[in-house]
Amino acid sequence: MASTDIPSTDMNAAGLRSDERLERLKLFGLSSPALILVMIILVLPVGWLFYVSFIGADGNFSLENYERMVARKSYMRIFRTTFLVSIMTTGLCILIGYPLAYFLSQLPKKWANIALITVLLPFWTSLLVRTYAWLVLLQKKGLVNEWAMSLGLWDEPIKMVHNMTGNLIGMVHIMLPFLILPLYGAMTAINRDFMKAASNLGASPRRAFWTVFFPLTTPGLFAGALMVFILCLGFFVTPAVLGGGKVIMVSMKIVSNIELFVNWGAASALGVVLLVSTMVILWIASRFLNFDQMTGGGRH
Amino acid sequence: MTNWFSSPATDTQIVHGQRIWLYIIAVITMVLLVVPTLIVIPMSFSDSQYLEFPPETWSTRWYQNYFGSDEWMRATITSLKAALLTMLVATPVGVLAAYGLHASKIAFVRVAFVMLITPMMVPVVLVAIGAFYAYVQLQILYTLMGLVLAHTVLALPLVVIVTGAALKGYDMSQEQAARSLGAPRWKAFLTVTLPQIKFAVITSALLSFLTSFDEVVVAMFVSGGDNPTLTRNMFNALRDQIDPTIASISTIMVLVTTGMMVLAQLFGQKK
Amino acid sequence: MSKDPNDALPISVRNVTKTYGAVHALNDVSLEINSGEFLTLLGPSGSGKTTLLMVLAGFTRPDRGSLKFGDKEVIRTPPHLRDVGMTFQSYALFPHMTVAGNVGYPLRLRGVSKDEIATRVEGALETVQLGGFGDRRIDQLSGGQRQRVAVARAIVFEPRILLMDEPLSALDKKLRDQMQIELRSMHEELGMTTVYVTHDQREALTMSDRIAVVNHGRIMQLATPHDLYESPANRFVADFIGESTFLDVRKFGSDVLFGDQKLAHTGKIPDTPELLLMARPERICLVDGPAPDDMNTFEARAEQVVYQGDSYLLNARLDSGEMITLRGPIRQGTVATLPVVGDRVTLGLSAKDTVIIDGREV
Repeated sequence: MASTDIPSTDMNAAGLRSDERLERLKLFGLSSPALILVMIILVLPVGWLFYVSFIGADGNFSLENYERMVARKSYMRIFRTTFLVSIMTTGLCILIGYPLAYFLSQLPKKWANIALITVLLPFWTSLLVRTYAWLVLLQKKGLVNEWAMSLGLWDEPIKMVHNMTGNLIGMVHIMLPFLILPLYGAMTAINRDFMKAASNLGASPRRAFWTVFFPLTTPGLFAGALMVFILCLGFFVTPAVLGGGKVIMVSMKIVSNIELFVNWGAASALGVVLLVSTMVILWIASRFLNFDQMTGGGRH
Repeated sequence: MTNWFSSPATDTQIVHGQRIWLYIIAVITMVLLVVPTLIVIPMSFSDSQYLEFPPETWSTRWYQNYFGSDEWMRATITSLKAALLTMLVATPVGVLAAYGLHASKIAFVRVAFVMLITPMMVPVVLVAIGAFYAYVQLQILYTLMGLVLAHTVLALPLVVIVTGAALKGYDMSQEQAARSLGAPRWKAFLTVTLPQIKFAVITSALLSFLTSFDEVVVAMFVSGGDNPTLTRNMFNALRDQIDPTIASISTIMVLVTTGMMVLAQLFGQKK
Repeated sequence: MSKDPNDALPISVRNVTKTYGAVHALNDVSLEINSGEFLTLLGPSGSGKTTLLMVLAGFTRPDRGSLKFGDKEVIRTPPHLRDVGMTFQSYALFPHMTVAGNVGYPLRLRGVSKDEIATRVEGALETVQLGGFGDRRIDQLSGGQRQRVAVARAIVFEPRILLMDEPLSALDKKLRDQMQIELRSMHEELGMTTVYVTHDQREALTMSDRIAVVNHGRIMQLATPHDLYESPANRFVADFIGESTFLDVRKFGSDVLFGDQKLAHTGKIPDTPELLLMARPERICLVDGPAPDDMNTFEARAEQVVYQGDSYLLNARLDSGEMITLRGPIRQGTVATLPVVGDRVTLGLSAKDTVIIDGREV
């Protein structure tokens, strides 16, 4: 062979390295528009909110925005309400959602897909529309009161909106699909032979359910519950409408701080606490849970 | 029927009769999930201020109210424009990002993915006031562009997740096959990969549209002036008193949503 | 279709190295593949055989090395410009296209006219015995048919090199045996240089002109099926190809000793510190009466006899303690006289079958 045939001394190492770098850059570059958008619209402004939360009324560094939060009872109450509402909503969603998800997972594929529409339809429907529907149904002269009275369940119209009851009903209704969908996914993924094996090994149906089926669904349950809880923490629209000023959550306080009082410092500090609590919960959860399971449970 | 009650329901041989309670709970839940939304439809045709059900007298006055109002119409058009533009921006940007992250082998991918789904995790109020502040600086407050960019950021996680999931279930060796047969990478993506994740991309697009169209909180802060969105106006109307006009708007929105779902299902079945 | 082997291209792989972190997927691999040759890369999973194939196809970029198709250096050429046909383990057929759509795909990319595409697609389909299947959807095909479509798609644009990544691994055994013969005769007809990856040693022996046994990112041995089986380079190759029993032996002058027993042998003795006697089960026989001079004999006791229909396996323990496996034929005449457990037996191994190999695993 001719001597020109001998490859360069580094056996193309430098060229290959630069090819590899270029390819990686190109591939990763595909995500850069999205990353830049999120950076400019979300990350940087939220970073600025962090900064503002540490600026006092006099324009200097100060912790006054945080001190106020601890000192004032009203703020503590808001945080308590927020967590309470989130916990109750999550709990109710689990109680109501688990049996439905289980029911759906037991149906033949064809029927399950049809029944699943009842979960997907509200999921796709505007939040505002659903909140409005409950407002109409639950008001004093609303359908629920009217029917309950005509059935003799109660005599006087009961106040069910503009308070905690109405707020919870609305929030559970809105959050249920977020719990059911990942849970349903987890349930259908369970190999049916497990239950046969449990039976074969001597477990009663009840015992087989609690010792085999249920534990296998906990990741999906946990993912769904976490999703619901996180969304509840930052929820605004439904409590603002159905809570009618009686249920004040952190998000609402942030909005009123800005809309009514133009107090960016106070609003930012609240926002920071809300964000940090959310992130801490997510971080703790991520140690027990594969992130993909959670994100895989989005709208389908 | 008695046969059915004592017939086994699962592999563990529990019989239907023993868990009839499960069926009852499930059916009640399903009814409660759907009915409140659907019941608005007949109510919106009620002649009364109080929207009784079933309506004693039928009328289309709330629809006339809606279609006759310049303010509502303007808001609707703003919302539609914003939703359409959000869809047109978020879908390609998100699909590209999902593909880039899927195909990249570098470690930073994980961080980038988490960053792209943060808009879903950060309380939307924070996104709203953050964007409000940023838009004051960038002087795009109350513009359609500002609204669309903010809504795009909110829609991106959904696009990235839905498309990313589809890519995960897709056999990338098909793209390799296309490349070995002579297609440059972009062409392999367009002719082989894209047609197969089509359903996910369409779903992503519909979700982007709905995300923008339904969005309230960000719109409260960054839409306004001459360009308030439909949801912003609806929300304000809800806080004040129950305007029955909203029932007519809700009905239209439910029908549009249902139409989109049917559309998505149709595309899904072709797959 | 091109039948002239001069149309095929030789492949020259030199000093190709690919590391993932600290792991050498390919460790300074060099390999010359002749024009028109059917060469198989054989190795266990994780050995690097697929990585090497992906380097040839251009989907894995090595850290360094040279790759030539003919005289042309292609190591930095992107896959779509390499003009090599390739079939994938999963077939990677495009489900959104018909069979004809799949097979015509490379031709459409090359701007071939519609009429010519139709003719060549039908031609390629006939080559793989699927004439008239063009309008079928992929999900209407059986596994074997999909495999054929994948091959048709890879050869329709008349590449001079064909790469196949475990093409038959998803098929059941009968179909696999049939496809082996078909692919082999198709290769003889088309004559393109073919690099075939498999972990199935019998498949490799059946199909290949030469086999490169790969392990730990290196080529252990490159040889014809015959040489590979008869004189493996080391214990890994001997173990991977066929069945064998190994006995520790040592060199003493020009002799080879097993224990104190001097072994008759005909082959070369490798010059390595550890030596093994490789005994293929089917080459060992039962000796009844006096053995010929050039036959090594071993006294043993039968511990397990397994009837397998066409043959039987005998596991016997030598008096020196080692286990040795013998495979014997079964005929009506011998079926009654198979040894039974506990029998004393004398095992014979002729000098020609007494193969001394390098005992290291390398």
